[in-house]
Amino acid sequence: MSPGTEKKVRLLVGKVGLDGHDRGAKIIARALRDAGFEVIYTGLHQTPEMVVATALQEDVDGIGLSLLSGAHNTIFPKILRLLAEKEGSDIVVFGGGIIPEEDISTLKGAGVRQVFTPGASTQEVVDWVRANVPPRRR
Amino acid sequence: MKPKNGGRTSTVTSRGRREWEETTLRPGLGKKPERKKEFTTVSSLPIERLYSAEDLKGWDPGARLGFPGEPPFTRGIHPTMYRGRLWTMRQFAGFGSAEDTNRRFHYLLEHGQTGLSVAFDLPTLMGRDSDDPQAEGEVGREGVAIDTLADMEVLFKGIPLDRVSTSMTINAPAAVILAMYLAVAEKQGAALEQLEGTVQNDILKEYIAQKEWIYPPAPSLRIITDMVAFCASRVPKWNTISISGYHIREAGSTAAQELAFTLADGIGYVQSCVDAGLDVDEFAPRLSFFFNSHNDFFEEVAKLRAARRVWCAVMRDRFHAKSPRSWVLRTHVQTAGCSLTAQQPINNVVRVTLQALAAVLGGTQSLHTNALDETLALPTEDSARIALRTQQIIAEESGVANTVDPLAGSYFVEALTDRMEQEAWDIIRRIDEMGGIVPAIEQGYPQREIAEAAYLYQRQIDSGEKCVVGVNRYTEGDNQKAATLKIGADVEPAQVARLKDVRGSRDQERHSKALKRLEQAARTRENLMPAILDAVRAYASVGEICGVLKTVFGAYREGRVSL
Repeated sequence: MSPGTEKKVRLLVGKVGLDGHDRGAKIIARALRDAGFEVIYTGLHQTPEMVVATALQEDVDGIGLSLLSGAHNTIFPKILRLLAEKEGSDIVVFGGGIIPEEDISTLKGAGVRQVFTPGASTQEVVDWVRANVPPRRR
Repeated sequence: MKPKNGGRTSTVTSRGRREWEETTLRPGLGKKPERKKEFTTVSSLPIERLYSAEDLKGWDPGARLGFPGEPPFTRGIHPTMYRGRLWTMRQFAGFGSAEDTNRRFHYLLEHGQTGLSVAFDLPTLMGRDSDDPQAEGEVGREGVAIDTLADMEVLFKGIPLDRVSTSMTINAPAAVILAMYLAVAEKQGAALEQLEGTVQNDILKEYIAQKEWIYPPAPSLRIITDMVAFCASRVPKWNTISISGYHIREAGSTAAQELAFTLADGIGYVQSCVDAGLDVDEFAPRLSFFFNSHNDFFEEVAKLRAARRVWCAVMRDRFHAKSPRSWVLRTHVQTAGCSLTAQQPINNVVRVTLQALAAVLGGTQSLHTNALDETLALPTEDSARIALRTQQIIAEESGVANTVDPLAGSYFVEALTDRMEQEAWDIIRRIDEMGGIVPAIEQGYPQREIAEAAYLYQRQIDSGEKCVVGVNRYTEGDNQKAATLKIGADVEPAQVARLKDVRGSRDQERHSKALKRLEQAARTRENLMPAILDAVRAYASVGEICGVLKTVFGAYREGRVSL
């Protein structure tokens, strides 16, 4: 599944909600791009509806969301629900940010495939995406 | 940090240094090479092996240092510094409902805190009400939710506003929140002339770093100059702008970039007030600053000392301020949130201690020490107390507050202070060439520089070039657990219900008249503050007031972000 050999994996990196902390999102987007993925960064202040619409329009394989606002328990499930409604539930959703340990299992139970917490290296994220985000059948 | 005019030093000194290198250093290096080829600060500034008199060639202590309380204020802004009065220990707090935060305020005051500092939730910071669709899931999460004057009355219940000083971290809607504070003070019977406090009110760094904006830069600066003019005549002890490098650093800048962009923002505000016809000496003494204190101890000390020296020159020589009070850079410092680790979180207490010590040796006027669990969630009562105790130990046990500017005269500290100053001037000059900070922001210059520095630093951590204990080195034994504060799921619906009550019970005619008057004021050059005060007294909400201004001023949208 390494990028370049077959169809390039396309990823959407998103900032949802009012939270303006985009340092992590921009670093991750750039690291994923440097690792050979096609990366689209949404910019700030997106709604879940906007992210899902962009993901479908851009035909991405994975969505990575950065959340430092404490709103993760609201925003992730909403995005998963909207994806399911729009036949996008095979898009892999993962995320990172300030997310307490006990919320991570709840989020994973709801369908978020991986949650990276502060201190995760960009290499960890790149490796995980390589192993876990296949190109969607189109 | 090589001397620039080499060769003119006294022969005794240079021969001494050369002799030392020949006879002592070289054999020493032969036996035991240094640990690394290059030593750098956390911001990747190169650091030499040794600093000596040669590094301060031509350095005039009278001009570079002066005396404490005198220009250029390198040694501090007060003649006795902490011997006279310790810095203000000001811990930022706010979460959940106004009642929750009011309880935390009473707790902190009872434990010896000397000033209040309010954290607002994201919807409030963005000028939106708790029932705004965009606010869903964010009400009361990162700070206290404030919709109307009714919430503000609860927030400061039992706290006499003429006897505390209050810092409010609010930017785009700062005029509304300040108006609410003044309205609460009026209701308590406090005289506005007596009120002491600060609103952050620094919109330029929002475009640069924190990204909590509402309107475009030009109308935002107009609102700010209106507030500055209003406070200069009506609330004279209020600090109208806290020009903030903190967020610039948190977004990933280097120490020198933090210093330079912050001072450039300051120049932007002063210019904008002067252009609006204000007398510089009437408002400049009420400007204050807010810097970050990161891991690299001496770099932080040097940054704060250099900041005072540059600002003194800016105010005296560029803006021709006559009052020495206008030349003084007063600052708050917060230890670096971005330096804290989720791994082995108790180690954060040690990081915070060192960062706080750097802020104190750099001569700060007030200080917030982060709690050990802030990378995980908002602090619990226990962790907030440890953070406050850290400051008390530095102040009252360590002895560092016994004398003024104890690091002055150190070859290294003075050379590094000069270097930071030079870097700041270089960047300020570049911004001047772009036409000032607003055009620079519109061209994305500071944003790009910061993103670049952030990416470089992350790669240095990932490669192990920069050490983060517990993250990329000494990772074994990560079984420390920090308890985290939980924000109840009931906060949001309760706040939405309270807002609905206020909307239903307020004097509707007074409310709509006040908003109409505000819109008219916004369309003219009239000072906005009296109209905002009227709207607030009529229980108009933050979202309603910002909404009216948005119809006149428009909304800011970030340009395309290039990675």
